[in-house]
Amino acid sequence: MALTTTSNTASGKRKTAFGGLLTVLLAMASRPSGLAGLILVSLHILMAIVSPAIVPYDFKELNAQFILSGPSFEHWLGTDNLGRDILTRTMLGGQKALFVTSVATILAIGWGGSLGVLLGLVGGRLDDILMRVVDAFLAIPWILFLLLIVSVVGLGNAVLIPTLAFFYGIPVVRMARAATHDVVALDFVTAARARGETRFTIVRQELLPNVLDVLLVEGAMRWSWMLLGFSSLSFLGFGVTPPTPDWGLMISDARSFMSLAPWAALAPVVALSSLIVGINLSADALAKALGIDRAQTAPV
Amino acid sequence: MFRLIIRRLALGLLTLVLVSGIVFVAVEALPGDACTAYLGRMAQGKRLENCRRDFGLERPALTRYVEWTAAAVQGDLGISLKRNKPISGIIGPRLRNTLVLGLAATMIGVPIAVLLGIIAGLWRDRPVDLWVSTTAILAMTIPEFVSATMLILIFSIWLGWLPGIVTTPPNAPLFEFLSDIILPIVTLALVMTAHILRMVRTSVIDVMASDYIQMARLKGVPYWRMVFRHVLPNALLPTINLVALTIAWLLGGVVVIEVVFNYPGLGRLTINAIADRDLAMVQAIALILATIYVGLNLFADLLTLVVNPRLRTMQT
Repeated sequence: MALTTTSNTASGKRKTAFGGLLTVLLAMASRPSGLAGLILVSLHILMAIVSPAIVPYDFKELNAQFILSGPSFEHWLGTDNLGRDILTRTMLGGQKALFVTSVATILAIGWGGSLGVLLGLVGGRLDDILMRVVDAFLAIPWILFLLLIVSVVGLGNAVLIPTLAFFYGIPVVRMARAATHDVVALDFVTAARARGETRFTIVRQELLPNVLDVLLVEGAMRWSWMLLGFSSLSFLGFGVTPPTPDWGLMISDARSFMSLAPWAALAPVVALSSLIVGINLSADALAKALGIDRAQTAPV
Repeated sequence: MFRLIIRRLALGLLTLVLVSGIVFVAVEALPGDACTAYLGRMAQGKRLENCRRDFGLERPALTRYVEWTAAAVQGDLGISLKRNKPISGIIGPRLRNTLVLGLAATMIGVPIAVLLGIIAGLWRDRPVDLWVSTTAILAMTIPEFVSATMLILIFSIWLGWLPGIVTTPPNAPLFEFLSDIILPIVTLALVMTAHILRMVRTSVIDVMASDYIQMARLKGVPYWRMVFRHVLPNALLPTINLVALTIAWLLGGVVVIEVVFNYPGLGRLTINAIADRDLAMVQAIALILATIYVGLNLFADLLTLVVNPRLRTMQT
């Protein structure tokens, strides 16, 4: 009966958080592209965790005998212009990017999502005013301000994470607001209202499970955009401080001796691209597994 | 319809006013001002006071904001202390170069994207779609500096066909950029094509699944007639806005491409200005880029209004 229906999505059927997670992961892995994406992302995360223990060399160890040497038994992927082992640096190069972007993505989805849901529910004048401000922020080239803030305040996680979280959270506000509007108009919310449920119960029982799915997919997409953004920053020299290995910075360094040692650029290029492609494939698979219309039509 | 257009124009203007406010406040909130940046380590005591007095920095922020916007509306973006020149003069040729880059990439990228998107959408899940969509995901997700680096490696270092780095001065006539600009255009067009292609494809698939297309099929409308008369107009209309949004968004990221190729445009100027702490310049560039963004969106909205008969007669 309509009166006893609470939620009509998969999340309503999930028994426990773990069981739900497993169901979603299995659904994601059932497509070849989703499986490939999940494997790529897991491998990268695993690599970021275990690499400090298994790298063959010290990442800042200079070796004058092996400058720009090609792949060999001692150095599988060759060495860079300072004689540093490229395999070591590539294995470690994703750590900071992964850490900064995953924390910042969670923060961005958190603040953007909450504000968006709130505005979608409350509406009225507050909504009108804040959405104009959101539009204005969307028009401002974010990279310019990120660069400005980093150059004035300095590098470091304490600067990068909040700044990235702020700028990447702005589009999330719009998304969450639109998703809230979509759900609020549905029958089961009207039914809950008619039953005389309190506002808090409606938000928790009816709204959040549905909006959360959209936010999860959005978060996965934002994560890949943010990785793109972070590596661009680091490529421009505004991300990490040398000699910390980072793919963006490594590619930027390798460009100056690319004609002599193309492999020095190729290793971080492959590493960075495979991570971002992996996140994208996973995000698409997640969208399909959760039944979000927007990406349901994407094949890969 | 006219009320709709006027409303839209007013909204765009309001956004720009807000943008100018945010840009001004953001620069103001950062530690240091134009004089500390200009004088560097000598920024103390008498010198700093004199500099601030000369450039009117000791006046209240609101007064300076009003003056700045009033001048900006008239095309005067102020003076760059670092470069000791009017900002409009420095930005002018570089803005032209960036616009040429963006326009060329759009003119190449959008038709290809629309064509491939339609093909992928009509032949959904067939080999052609899988190829197109997979390539699009790769092109979309690989960072611009990576694809640019690979293009340089292949076309300038290995093949030696095109210059990898632009050495032409910013204000050289356009034809001197011809060989320089090819790789930057390809890099930008690649990302643009990938993004737009995916939107067109999704839109085509949505329309193909709609009731009126089912109806047309049942009535026995010839396939291609149905595609051209019913599917494409309905599928392409909603993408106009998305296309504009994507182009505008990508233009903000043109910074990276310009740095990679050393292309003398607005993006590289941004990096230089930030490195020099040329705050007035940064403010001006932010305002210009935001204006382009708002303008493009406005254009797309108006275009949709003109093309879409349903909106044309709508009363609000």
